[in-house]
Amino acid sequence: MKYLLLILLSLLPVCSYAGEAKDMAEDPVLEKRMIGLAENLRCLVCQNESLASSHSELANDLRREVREQMQKGMNDKEIIDYLVTRYGDFVLYDPPVKTSTLVLWYGPFVLLLIGGGMLVYQLRKRKSQIKETDISDADAQRAAELLNDDTSELPNQSKDSQA
Amino acid sequence: MMRFIFPFVLFVILAGFLYVGLGLNPREVPSPLIGKAAPAFTLPQLDDPTKQFSSQDMKGQVWMLNVWASWCAACKDEHHVLMGLARQNIVPIYGMDYKDKREDGMTVLRVSGNPYTLVVSDAEGRVGIDYGVYGVPETYVIDKQGVIRYKQIGAVTLQALNEKILPLVKELQAK
Repeated sequence: MKYLLLILLSLLPVCSYAGEAKDMAEDPVLEKRMIGLAENLRCLVCQNESLASSHSELANDLRREVREQMQKGMNDKEIIDYLVTRYGDFVLYDPPVKTSTLVLWYGPFVLLLIGGGMLVYQLRKRKSQIKETDISDADAQRAAELLNDDTSELPNQSKDSQA
Repeated sequence: MMRFIFPFVLFVILAGFLYVGLGLNPREVPSPLIGKAAPAFTLPQLDDPTKQFSSQDMKGQVWMLNVWASWCAACKDEHHVLMGLARQNIVPIYGMDYKDKREDGMTVLRVSGNPYTLVVSDAEGRVGIDYGVYGVPETYVIDKQGVIRYKQIGAVTLQALNEKILPLVKELQAK
């Protein structure tokens, strides 16, 4: 009897842990919604991890908070606003467009435009730098003859290439 | 000559960006709460959980709220700074023992000294979330109207205390 009690006692913390886990799985729809939302939120402790995947204590607490707010019937936007008022835009993986993030959002396009403009400018400049060289009519005719030459007139070369 | 100057200037600009970037602390997330009303809370006192402390009691005073925990290593670094500040009696420091066991928090204060006017216990970390706490220690300076004026993320250093916190506290107290 004493041993049985001991064994039961040693199981206590395991039981309480299972209880917590059950609490989360009680409403799988809500849990899925919470994970879906938390995947787009950044954990402040492990900054390259989402709130959904982070194992930090704070992420745990924040997931709890999000879960509770969903139970209260708050929509996703309200919950995101709740987190942003506390932690700032930093928690968002998708930062909003505003004056402080303009460079972030449009900077790449500006750079692309600058690069494209420079490319066009350089190509135009090069075109004007390269002059067509004048050649006499005789030279032009000779060049045309050479270009139109039949390969059969060069038996040595074709033989070489076969060998 | 021009064709060398342009890439060089570009390189210098890029290097400048990288240099500044290296000096930034990515762990320091600017708090959106600065300039906003400090979230009101009522929490049990650490030394006597039957007594409650409410942040509303602090209206009309400039005060500091220091979030700490017995498990927090950086808190030990700032402890002597806070002790020194407490001795000067310039501004009351209120402690918030964050996600900590009551006994552990009490032991730290008993062993290494207590710089706090009063310590509350936020065992579940809910008030911490309201204050946007994401890594202890964090310290807030709150003015007479209950508005957060400054947040120190990480340990309070002597430099931060002398250059930022104390001048700010004096300015706010004079208002």
